[in-house]
Amino acid sequence: MTPVIELRDVRLSLAGRPVLHGVDLVVDPGEFVALLGANGSGKSTLVRAATGLRPISSGSVALFGTPLAQFKEWRRIGFVPQRAGAASGVPASVREVVTSGRLGRRRLLTPLNKADRRAVDDALEVVGLADRAGDSVATLSGGQQQRVLIARALAGEPDVFFLDEPTAGVDLTNQHALADSLATLKERGATIVLVAHELGPMAPLVDRAVVMAHGTVSYDGEPLDETTLHAHHHPQLHRHDHTPHVGSPIDSLQERR
Amino acid sequence: MIDLLSNPFMVRALIAAAVTGLAAPTIGTYLVQRRLALLGDGLGHVAVTGVAVGLLTGTSPTWVAVAVAVLGAVAIEVIRERGHTNGDVALALLFYGGLAGGVLITGLAGQSASTLQTYLFGSVTTVSAADVVTTIVLAAVVITLCVGLSPQLFAVAQDPEFARVAGVPIRFYNLLVAVLAAVTVTVAMRTVGLLLVSALMVVPVATSQQLTRSFRTTFGLAMGLGLVASLGGLLLAAYLSLDFDANVAPGPSIVLLALAGFALTWPVGAWLRSREVAHG
Repeated sequence: MTPVIELRDVRLSLAGRPVLHGVDLVVDPGEFVALLGANGSGKSTLVRAATGLRPISSGSVALFGTPLAQFKEWRRIGFVPQRAGAASGVPASVREVVTSGRLGRRRLLTPLNKADRRAVDDALEVVGLADRAGDSVATLSGGQQQRVLIARALAGEPDVFFLDEPTAGVDLTNQHALADSLATLKERGATIVLVAHELGPMAPLVDRAVVMAHGTVSYDGEPLDETTLHAHHHPQLHRHDHTPHVGSPIDSLQERR
Repeated sequence: MIDLLSNPFMVRALIAAAVTGLAAPTIGTYLVQRRLALLGDGLGHVAVTGVAVGLLTGTSPTWVAVAVAVLGAVAIEVIRERGHTNGDVALALLFYGGLAGGVLITGLAGQSASTLQTYLFGSVTTVSAADVVTTIVLAAVVITLCVGLSPQLFAVAQDPEFARVAGVPIRFYNLLVAVLAAVTVTVAMRTVGLLLVSALMVVPVATSQQLTRSFRTTFGLAMGLGLVASLGGLLLAAYLSLDFDANVAPGPSIVLLALAGFALTWPVGAWLRSREVAHG
């Protein structure tokens, strides 16, 4: 099985400051991976390296088995960037922003076809914003705008989703709506890489947690509520000094449970 | 007034004003969307040098202005993309360099300030038949590309990172927008003049977006408002000049009419926005 994402010994510097120090990450089809870690741990940078938005200093990145430099099938990639909102300098309706997600699949100078319209309608349905399609995105709440950005990625019918902190600054109601949308994507067999500070309502969806600390992967394995369960039966685990270092977001995750 | 409309120079002026009024807001919409509303103004200043070089070398000021403005547009894009200098500062450098260079070279060419002034503030009533053809062709190119490539241009302006990961060649489209803005500047040069051209690109868009909720309607309405302001401003200037013997230039009257439209729509927009927020 060809991995969807394959990063090998990826190193990356921003303005001369090393941010990633040799990261290995392989994601298989259908996996829901949560990329966790404190601010500045390099988790967003990792996603930007994987999508080609940031050139890497050394190492290798491959998507669907093709090295990034030769990769052409961008329509298979759904990207939800970390953004304060979906608005720009000119009004744009929710439907227009979501329709721009079809761009990778549309030919130049041709109007929308039936498949395009169906994909846009479906995407709006999945994020629960079909009734707001005609509204200006600027009038939506921050959480709703995040859902618009997810619908935009969804409209392109990609095979893998990269979501960069979609829940940052989003209220709990909208976090649940986001989790519902992601559950639908997961059911459909999409591969999902979710960058998050904390998982909240999305925790039950996660198959695998990757924790970043100081530019390296410090934990990669089962989502951590499992570990909590084991720790309950084997309390001595807590005293074991050689367990992987776990960053603060996970601690807060455990506290909630 | 009827006599006026049958005058060949007035007919040429009306055609030039109409196509300018339609074309300027099309590219202006993308500039406003990218929060680069002043790019047109910067390119207008750069084009002054082009006009002056045309006057100095005895070639067509319009085509030299197109060439120089396009070069300026590419320079701005490269500076912006490389991120070496703040985009704001890059624009400022071009503003002053373009205007100072233009005035200096016009002097060297032995031309008077009044010759340059017809380009700075427009002289739509002295437009020749050849000028009208040039204006129509350039405006048609701008409108065709801005409408035809709207899915790409919209996506790149809305969210460049998303567009890039979707496989859109964003550098190409960024350059295209800058080049089309440069072409539009020179199209509008004869109508409203290089120093007021940005107004015709930006003000109809600002007015339009007071009333609209989608990009498509903003775009269409801005074109309509640009057309009305151009034709209305030109006719108003002609009417005031003839019937009241006032010395009213079309360029400023077009821009002031466009601004009056904004002033009238703004309260409506404020009311609409407060209603939308209330309804959530």
